[in-house]
Amino acid sequence: MENLKSKHFQNVAIKGVIYAFLFIGAISIAIPYVWMFVTSIKPVEEVQSYPPSFIVKHPTLLPYHDLFRLIPILRYVWNSIYVSATVTIANVFFCSLAGYAFAKHRFWGRDKIFFVLLGSLMIPWQVNLISGFILIRKLGWLNSYNALIVPVMAGVFGIFLCRQFIMAIPDDLVDAAKIDGCSEFTIYRLVILPLIKPVLATLAILTFLQQWNNFIWPLIVINSSEMRTLPLALSVLNGQFGTRFAIVMAGAVVATTPMLIVFLAFQKYFMEGVAMTGLKGYSKM
Amino acid sequence: MKKKRGFFAKLNEQKWSFLFIAPAVLLFVIFVLGPLVASLYWSFTEYNGITAPKWVGLANYKNIFFNDPRFWTSIRNTVFYTVGIIPAGVILSLLLAMAIDQRIRFKNFFMVIYFIPSVTSVIALSVIWKWLFAGEKYGLINYFLISIGLKPIDWLMSPIWTLPAIIIMSIWAGIGYNMILFLAGLQTIPTSVYEAADIDGANTWEKFCNITLPLLKPTMVFVVIMGFIASFQVFERIYIMTESEFGIGGVLDSALTVVAYLYDMGFRKLQMGYASALGYIIFMVIFVITLINLRFIKAKVDY
Repeated sequence: MENLKSKHFQNVAIKGVIYAFLFIGAISIAIPYVWMFVTSIKPVEEVQSYPPSFIVKHPTLLPYHDLFRLIPILRYVWNSIYVSATVTIANVFFCSLAGYAFAKHRFWGRDKIFFVLLGSLMIPWQVNLISGFILIRKLGWLNSYNALIVPVMAGVFGIFLCRQFIMAIPDDLVDAAKIDGCSEFTIYRLVILPLIKPVLATLAILTFLQQWNNFIWPLIVINSSEMRTLPLALSVLNGQFGTRFAIVMAGAVVATTPMLIVFLAFQKYFMEGVAMTGLKGYSKM
Repeated sequence: MKKKRGFFAKLNEQKWSFLFIAPAVLLFVIFVLGPLVASLYWSFTEYNGITAPKWVGLANYKNIFFNDPRFWTSIRNTVFYTVGIIPAGVILSLLLAMAIDQRIRFKNFFMVIYFIPSVTSVIALSVIWKWLFAGEKYGLINYFLISIGLKPIDWLMSPIWTLPAIIIMSIWAGIGYNMILFLAGLQTIPTSVYEAADIDGANTWEKFCNITLPLLKPTMVFVVIMGFIASFQVFERIYIMTESEFGIGGVLDSALTVVAYLYDMGFRKLQMGYASALGYIIFMVIFVITLINLRFIKAKVDY
């Protein structure tokens, strides 16, 4: 009896330590975000007051007002949405199409081509930074949506993901459709696509996230003000108004919130997608 | 003749396949393979991006390895950064994953909170943390240091503290992502193994050492290798947190990483041949890390 009691006490203590650890961790994750938001509604004299305070005495929307006055932020939101959405739709289409051919068709050089594609996942993007820039300049695409969209319309990782998924679909289904006289494209559209919806959802979410947060490529191929995407705009804001923290934080709020809402709405897909793919390039470490 | 017809008949049969892979393959050839070959060529030239490249053979590589102190500074910083974040990042995220894996309330709430930095752009994170690290007094972190009786630090203006500041932010930003990976790994361990250990009278620590760690090895290897690759490529946070009128990389190049150096040489100093050679060196390093990774993954199959 005594023993059982001490065991119970021990369990409660362990649970307590676990909760304390998780809560402290959660608070340290939250503080920078709260601080961003609080700063973005502070009047100038409160931003750098000492001691710093989470309580805003005179909350104001002036930083947002300044932000909208100083830069065409809505245009940047639109650029980000347009580029991310287009790239996502293109990837879902082209990757599933190619993935289907690589998984179910037999054609000349299939495995060799796929092997080369797969091998390219080992290439770090930096090696193509200079030559990619020169190519875009040669094409006359600097400062255009094309530069941001076309090169990433069919990511190798997406093809790989789709192929793996489609390979698990029984050949009989495809063959039956063929016997019924379906054309190849009809098979893709009516047999394959409905069956791979989960993987397409994952691919769409991860692609959108990656594009929304993409920075280095826009940094290189965009230098006109009106073509910037949100991360690029935020970096310019940081460069020009780095000491006016309220405005920069207002910009960070605008850049962060849309993705945060999408994440909260589809959290399960995000986390499952990462767990499933362990995606290279999404790691923040 | 017959053979030729056969070939065309086959081609006709296969036209759908080629049509289906054509967009992806064309984009790949134009935007990945082409640039890859072009940068290999340019890495043997002197090229400013405007006038024609001038062939210089191995001169760029020789200069990088033998007479470029900035390159070695950038390597040292990158290694320091990597060593700074991986152990702490791995241990913290493993602890979090194990805590969340217990039977606890608000499981989903915690997972969502920890994952939020992984869906925020590094640029936004960097400007937020730049503000947290700012100032002598009014920055939140320095205020915290003062309130526990320490001296404030001029984080991003000091050659000693710039990189540690960026490391702190990176650990904070990366734990949620790695936690999800560890959690997925933990869930593959059958509960029956733990139950058997309970019957044998194993304590928590013994279970951790003899069950959790060995069975988590594949995930661990994956997280560490991916961490290596990602931190070797670190750029965006360096760019935001150290950009000044003098360029990027912080005071006295104290936070100049390899990719930041590549960017500086290529796009600020317009030495694009030299920067291409730097790109290929990064490529080789990551290639070797990936090969080691593949070796590990193979090894995992037969243990």
